[in-house]
Amino acid sequence: MSKRVEVRISGLGGQGVVLAGQILGRAAAHDGKYVVQTQSYGAEARGSAAKSEVIISDEKIGFPKVRKYDILVAMSQSALNNYMRDLKKNGILLADEDTVKEVPSVKARVLRVPATRISESEFKSKIFANVVMLGALTKKVEVVSEEAMKRAIIESVSLETKKENIKAFTEGMRLHEQET
Amino acid sequence: MTQERTVLTGKHFMQGDIACAEGAIAAGCRFFAGYPITPATEIAERMARRLPEVDGVYVQMEDELGSMAAVIGASYAGVKSMTATSGPGFSLMQENIGLAVMTETPCVVVNIMRGGPSTGQPTKPGQQDVMQARWGSHGDYEIIALAPSSVQEMFDLTIEAFNLSEIYRVPVFVLADEIVGHMWERVTIPSENAIKRVNRKRPRTLPEKYVPFLPDRDLVPPMASFGEGYRFYATGLTHDETGHPRTDTAKAQQELVQRLCDKIRKNREKIVRVSANMLEDAEVMVVAYGTTSRSAMSAVREAREKGFKAGLLRLITLWPFPDKEIAELAKRVRAIVVPEMNCGQIVREVERAAKETSVIFMPKLGEEPHRPVEILDAIQRGSYK
Repeated sequence: MSKRVEVRISGLGGQGVVLAGQILGRAAAHDGKYVVQTQSYGAEARGSAAKSEVIISDEKIGFPKVRKYDILVAMSQSALNNYMRDLKKNGILLADEDTVKEVPSVKARVLRVPATRISESEFKSKIFANVVMLGALTKKVEVVSEEAMKRAIIESVSLETKKENIKAFTEGMRLHEQET
Repeated sequence: MTQERTVLTGKHFMQGDIACAEGAIAAGCRFFAGYPITPATEIAERMARRLPEVDGVYVQMEDELGSMAAVIGASYAGVKSMTATSGPGFSLMQENIGLAVMTETPCVVVNIMRGGPSTGQPTKPGQQDVMQARWGSHGDYEIIALAPSSVQEMFDLTIEAFNLSEIYRVPVFVLADEIVGHMWERVTIPSENAIKRVNRKRPRTLPEKYVPFLPDRDLVPPMASFGEGYRFYATGLTHDETGHPRTDTAKAQQELVQRLCDKIRKNREKIVRVSANMLEDAEVMVVAYGTTSRSAMSAVREAREKGFKAGLLRLITLWPFPDKEIAELAKRVRAIVVPEMNCGQIVREVERAAKETSVIFMPKLGEEPHRPVEILDAIQRGSYK
């Protein structure tokens, strides 16, 4: 049977959820997988609902949008509230510990990741939270290889922020987040 | 010469808009004039960065009217030219698209379709400009429009668009929806010498003997560039073979406008492209294009698994419309399903071609494309017709 993983990364405009999806997609391509990344965001520069979807498969991908997903990353409470229902029963939820306060009790495996807090304490800015989250995702879920992710990050971010992004990724990889 | 490569040969993970820009450069495009607009901005951004690397010119224009005018001017100077926009900008370009048709200017206009009318939903997908692409400018004319459904096709069909525009001296549209434009996928870019490039026919006479709008047997006149000694006049007014206005004779209007239509109509076999999938024994045929065709492909596979004989006709060329192909297939199926991200545009053309065969239309507006299960449901309904 072919392996197919569907991922939705969701949050608010400005949190970098679209970029996070592109990095994940690029890493999957480096790993030799078929992959499609799509996105949806509002017309506003910041603050509107944003989501990024990645399908990773051993076979060619037809319909490019996720249906029932294996992994949901929630960077905001509203994203979690809106998208939780389409997470597969035994799927995995990665929720930002600070921006998502309430997680309903579900069958899914829930990982609370202090991505925003780590970004703020390490870099005095929230903007690396998306890449911290990718680190946690890579470590805990093993959808893509660590090497492919690092390569994808370097190829996707600006030269000036390369060092910070790799550090953010490494911090995410190191997390011993609480499993509930 | 610069060190940068003109063709990025190799395997990439790329966005549709970026693949479109790379296809343009690979096809030989060296001029882009445009005005940024979601969801086509990434094409302009890429061209702004890439064109200077390949000795090309990028111009950020004051608006879309000026953009289209500059594209025509550059093409008449002998440079393969393009612009990229979305619905609101496409509306503003219509007048000069008509000028490009009348002056037989090879050029490519990319429209990454979002939700309209007016400014509509800038970041959301649509397939609402299909009829505007066909009829948006006034007067009678034929046009060519291609509908990519993957990032790979954003690259491949942009090259095809340039080649068709050069062969037939007509604006060619790349009509993609926001999902295909913004989607990231794997792309294989072939080696530079594996890319087929077609250039416009050049005059075979001395400048003093050049008759600028005298067509060859294929109904397309050879084209000289401004500034190389062939002095001639090009106008949006009805003109004769010399290019000079003939605004008061029926003959001039009949000859010119008929030829502008016929040069596409009589060559439609060479232009029209469709992709037939699982149609050999199909009882229900889905006709779709762009992102919608990917929903349809998944639905057809799922229908087959359930024992329904479904197939997909994916339209790669939207204009000229593949009516003969549809008419032929329509005779063999019980029903045709047409999903579109609009309130009903291509479905009218399908109905015209399908004659007696029943057509089930599935409109869709808003953020998401058709889910395969919706199309599957229509396939099942079609099976009992």
